[in-house]
Amino acid sequence: MAMLQTNALAEDLVHHQTDNAVAVSGVSKNYGDVEALKNLSLDFPRGQLTSLLGPSGCGKTTLLKIIAGLLEPTDGEILVNGSPVTGPGEDRAFVFQDFALLPWASVLRNVAFGLELRGVARSEREDIAIKYIKEVGLDGFEKSFPHELSGGMRQRVGLARALSVDSDVLLMDEPFSAVDEQTRRKFQEDLLALVANENKTFIFVTHSIEEAVYVSDQIAILLPRPSRVADIIRPTGLREKDTASIRRDPEYLDIVDEIWASLKSYVE
Amino acid sequence: MKVFGIRLPGMSSLLLWGLLWEIVGRSGYSFFVPPLSDVVTTLFEIIGTAAFQKALYETAYAFCSGVFFAIVIGIPTGILMGKNRLIDELLLPWVNIFLSAPLTALVPVLMVLFGFGMKSIIITTTLFAIWIIILNARAGVMQINRSLVEMATSFGATPWAAFSKIYFWAALPEILGGVRIGIIRAVKGVIIGQLLISLVGFGALFELYSNNFLMKHFWAVLVVLFALAFTISEFLAYLERRVSYYAAKR
Repeated sequence: MAMLQTNALAEDLVHHQTDNAVAVSGVSKNYGDVEALKNLSLDFPRGQLTSLLGPSGCGKTTLLKIIAGLLEPTDGEILVNGSPVTGPGEDRAFVFQDFALLPWASVLRNVAFGLELRGVARSEREDIAIKYIKEVGLDGFEKSFPHELSGGMRQRVGLARALSVDSDVLLMDEPFSAVDEQTRRKFQEDLLALVANENKTFIFVTHSIEEAVYVSDQIAILLPRPSRVADIIRPTGLREKDTASIRRDPEYLDIVDEIWASLKSYVE
Repeated sequence: MKVFGIRLPGMSSLLLWGLLWEIVGRSGYSFFVPPLSDVVTTLFEIIGTAAFQKALYETAYAFCSGVFFAIVIGIPTGILMGKNRLIDELLLPWVNIFLSAPLTALVPVLMVLFGFGMKSIIITTTLFAIWIIILNARAGVMQINRSLVEMATSFGATPWAAFSKIYFWAALPEILGGVRIGIIRAVKGVIIGQLLISLVGFGALFELYSNNFLMKHFWAVLVVLFALAFTISEFLAYLERRVSYYAAKR
């Protein structure tokens, strides 16, 4: 009896690990006559980070915004935790490329703004915000305004805002592309820690091959005109490595080369 | 500005112009230009009189009501036009026509429609101020960062929350700019209204003093009016500077 229960539990666990937080099936998006996405299907395993990687104009941001419910697909269906997406929802939070902070509001209010819009009482949302401000390393900047912060710190505010609404799925639209190279490296390391510690599903749009290979459990390569998933790559041995040694790992270097070889012809 | 290494406070040049006025006045060049010192003396004399205070009250009442309606109607209309293409297409031609139209010519029509009283004066004031307020609020909303709107949408903002927490604040620097220019135009509106529609307030005083060639009185009232308009405008410019720190970064 006890044995059976353990088995069921184990099975449940296995099932849980392989199930998908987000499932995109047969999604098309047309802008007039232009096909931005065509019959695209892709699964996003729970608790993992999936990168959408491709040359510019391949529709990766379009796909992300469709998942976010900010754009409506012309055809197809998106399931988040099994239920279809009809618009923005509490199960998803978005991190913007240009941070999208309120310039007239303090860091504290910016981080709490997602909760404010969801009607959480002031003292409660500020307690939560303070916790996440600490977590992203902005301790002491609660009263600062966005224009007083560097680009990297601004994106930490955007990240804290997305984390504080405690959604299952975090959608990140080229979040590190507007920060300098050193800050970006620090961000990438922090992101790995975040994926390991927070039980969330990350969908990460990037145009940097190295970044995608460094941070991803799964990399979906999108090719343009019309957009489709050309390949799905799952690095196997990188997660166990120390963050500092990933970039020297042969698997990392091989995958980077492989992706570059397949994308090269699409770069003007 | 610095002169001989001494830092001069703002608007020191007014002293120079005041001096010029005094000299021209004392030279007896024209009956219509009394010396500034006489004007200032008269100013303090008439400020205490019942006629002046009644005029000030009537003008302030018409001005404040007119500006109030211009702001309360103008800002939401401008924001709606910036957000909604259809409303914009419907209203924009009218706003542009009225902005550049010689509104003084409309005043007789207003008199027929709304009578010869305070109501018409208030409406005239509103009509002078509202169009630039609408246009500026609209411009403020149209240049809003798209991702701020997407951010609000992605966190499930209701239309009202988006309006009051995002659109209004994002457009605030432009809105305040529009209100400042609108208020300067409202000063014109209220005086023109008082002169054309019914002789009340400062309009009545102007009429009285100029018809009786009381030039010192006439100038005194004019100085008061200019000073009031200038003070209001400077106060709004100060508010504008307080929000301008984020004007470039939305």
